[in-house]
Amino acid sequence: MPNYPHNHCRPAPDEHARGPACQAPYSADAGTVRVLGLDPQRQGSELRQRIGVQLQQAALPDDLKVWEALDLFAAFYRHTVDWQPLLEQWGLAEKRNARFKSLSGGQRQRLFIALALVNDPELVFLDELTTGLDPQARRQTWDLVRAIRERGKTVVLVTHFMDEAEQLCDRVAIIDHGRIVALDAPDALIRQIQGESRVRFSVSNGFDPTFLEAVPGVSHTVRAGDQVVVYGSGPLLARVAAALAERQITPLDLESERATLEDVFLALTGRRIRD
Amino acid sequence: MRALWKLTWMEIKLFLREPVGLFFTLAFPLLLLFLFGAIFGNEPVAELGGRGTVDVSVPGYVAMVIGTLGLIGLPIGLASYRQQGVLRRYRATPLHPSIVLAAQVIFGLAIAFAGAVLLIVAAHLAYAVPWPGAPLSLAGALVLSSLSFFSAGFILGGVLPTARTAQAVGMAIFFPMLFLSGASGMPRELLPDTLRRISDLLPLSYVVTLIADLWYGQGWNGLALVVLSGMLIVGAVVSVLTFRWE
Repeated sequence: MPNYPHNHCRPAPDEHARGPACQAPYSADAGTVRVLGLDPQRQGSELRQRIGVQLQQAALPDDLKVWEALDLFAAFYRHTVDWQPLLEQWGLAEKRNARFKSLSGGQRQRLFIALALVNDPELVFLDELTTGLDPQARRQTWDLVRAIRERGKTVVLVTHFMDEAEQLCDRVAIIDHGRIVALDAPDALIRQIQGESRVRFSVSNGFDPTFLEAVPGVSHTVRAGDQVVVYGSGPLLARVAAALAERQITPLDLESERATLEDVFLALTGRRIRD
Repeated sequence: MRALWKLTWMEIKLFLREPVGLFFTLAFPLLLLFLFGAIFGNEPVAELGGRGTVDVSVPGYVAMVIGTLGLIGLPIGLASYRQQGVLRRYRATPLHPSIVLAAQVIFGLAIAFAGAVLLIVAAHLAYAVPWPGAPLSLAGALVLSSLSFFSAGFILGGVLPTARTAQAVGMAIFFPMLFLSGASGMPRELLPDTLRRISDLLPLSYVVTLIADLWYGQGWNGLALVVLSGMLIVGAVVSVLTFRWE
């Protein structure tokens, strides 16, 4: 495990592979796992003192107040931070006396993150943090995750949102059927499958893209319906734009396409629907 | 042990914030006390050995508190915690699972005693029911009866998947038991033969007997002690073996 502040993401296509080993009830069938130098199965209780966990499917008793939840969970750990500032840091100070059932999705999210941090853990596990949140809440949550890293903690984020992994993570591990099939920085993973650059634009009927294949760096073009994709290398977008402009063709939606982490994911795990 | 007391105190606070549970467990037996007291009064009756109907019923109402807690309150609480993911969240902390259950037990005992005290005081003030004859022994009897029924409750709450199922099963078990065991105020002595025989098989009947005997100076009922202790041991073993956290 890295020993520096770090966001470490693990997208997984199937349910079985999710859930960090030290909190899931799964038992190991092969190999060894060490988290913070401890064996999660034999030294679980000790390990849980030093980690923070935010579970997707977790909840609290409906009528429990926000401050009571923090007070309660603080009692579970040997070493805790003062939870009053924690409430303020995560924007829950006003909701101090609110009951859990009255909190919005975003507020519950922040409460669970605060609970995950109440013991000042070295390692924080976040599980499907933004599922079901609207775009504002998602962005806000991303900022919160970055803030956790700023405080010097290592974060293991489990997500199936590739944009989230790309945005937040220093390193990404892709897990397929319980095995890690890739482990690297998002940029490095994308470069691995990037292959050629692409430029895409829309055209009207009668447009024949073959003239573009004479442009330096272009390898081939593909036309599908009203979309043209130009493949090649080098400063592709600039050259294609120039070549089109020479013929007074100025598409409104000319853009270069970059491979994303989602492409990496699909390339590594296939496109078949999984159970 | 900080965790245990905080958890217990939390359970008590949550119980007081939930009107349905509060009513059912504590208010309903008091309601029956005053209802039947108003209807029948507490004049001494020959068939009841010179005691009034209220005198004879109050041990039953105390048993009702215990039965409600053990067969309905605790199972619903545990099942809904499991269903919602509360237990799962606790498991991600260093909190030892047994502490969660211990907190439920202590909370249950606190409410059982609160219910008993309310009934004893109300019955005494309103109907001149005498104070219990052997208060310390009675307290012990309350603890034993509570633990027996809580262990049954842990079996239900540990295995049933949702709060709704727990409620349905708990009530299906509790209500017949309530009416046939003498806990609802209808003394067992007045039941016809077949029903009387069934009532002899119900654990709640033994709670009523245990409490009533101690209350009215007849000492510890040996059979009731054996039955309830057995229930406690079997219940504890089974619930430990079958309890599911998720």
